[in-house]
Amino acid sequence: MLEIIKQPWPWYVAGALIGLTVPYLLLVGNKSFGISSSLRHLCAACIPGNIKFFNYDWKKEAWNLFFVGGIAVGALIGAQLLSDPNPIVLAPSTQEYLATKGITDTTQLLPAEIFSWEQLFTVRGLIFIVLGGFLVGFGTRYAGGCTSGHAIMGLSSLQWPSLVATIMFMIGGIVMTRYILPFLLTL
Amino acid sequence: MEHTFQHTPTAQEISDLKARELDAICVNESELKHPWWHNFKYSAWGILFGIVFVKAEIISWFRIQEMFRFESFHMYGVIGTAVVVGLISVQLIKRFNVKTVHGETVHIPKKEFNKGNIYGGLIFGLGWAITGACPGPLFAQVGAGFGVIMVTFLFAIAGTWIYGLVRERLPH
Repeated sequence: MLEIIKQPWPWYVAGALIGLTVPYLLLVGNKSFGISSSLRHLCAACIPGNIKFFNYDWKKEAWNLFFVGGIAVGALIGAQLLSDPNPIVLAPSTQEYLATKGITDTTQLLPAEIFSWEQLFTVRGLIFIVLGGFLVGFGTRYAGGCTSGHAIMGLSSLQWPSLVATIMFMIGGIVMTRYILPFLLTL
Repeated sequence: MEHTFQHTPTAQEISDLKARELDAICVNESELKHPWWHNFKYSAWGILFGIVFVKAEIISWFRIQEMFRFESFHMYGVIGTAVVVGLISVQLIKRFNVKTVHGETVHIPKKEFNKGNIYGGLIFGLGWAITGACPGPLFAQVGAGFGVIMVTFLFAIAGTWIYGLVRERLPH
């Protein structure tokens, strides 16, 4: 049993469990699934300043922080106790492409050639580690949600603004991957 | 954004709700008061969620590359299945008027469209392809032991904060 659990899980198992988050949160506490809001609650809790956007009673949304805290703990369990020792199996075409950019280390979930402390103070490291994070935090809040809030919760409840947002996520990602990353990866 | 109070709200409650509703898809206003440790039921599901994130390699930068290059079905399968399961669940809850475990009527806030869905969505998409992570996987990557992602995470918070600072001047 443990051997099976340690192998990479198929998409339909993961998708079903993630989808079940929607009814779980609704039925346990009348909560709508969304993760990026946690970043805002952290701002409201720690550095609200004099900004209206962060001056609200974040404790009313504390459940969200407990939820994301659980995600970090779950990831620790998954990585420490249930990890698969084999390298990640990539689509051959993706693997060949990344190799042309010098990304060949697939032993971990993130490429060590980019995401490591040694890389942080290189131009490429600053873009991938610092600028990337900034765009994620700024963009999700401006969009009013991320993959969970819009693509999963929003589409599940048939909200068309979430469909617009999800399409824009994909366009942004495709433009970056196709036209900008080929350059950024060579920095 | 519409919201219904089941009791007559005070002015303070309304202004607080209005502030939280700004650019949020999920404002959660259960009428019930629970002790703080009730929040661990969300942590419990979060733990399961985090394990799924790692075991299905959803937090992998490589999987996001495959997705945006249309070279693997994996992430489309994950997100697609999640939407279908979520959609069926929401429909069943509405159709049969399923109540929460505490007997409340399930309330899903309606999302109003604004131009931020377009501009913000595009900005997030650009960042998603660079970092290979949306906000959830950021928490999971840090938890899984990728220490340098703490920096990415801090800058995601900084991005959110700067948005709050300049939001009045942005098109919505």
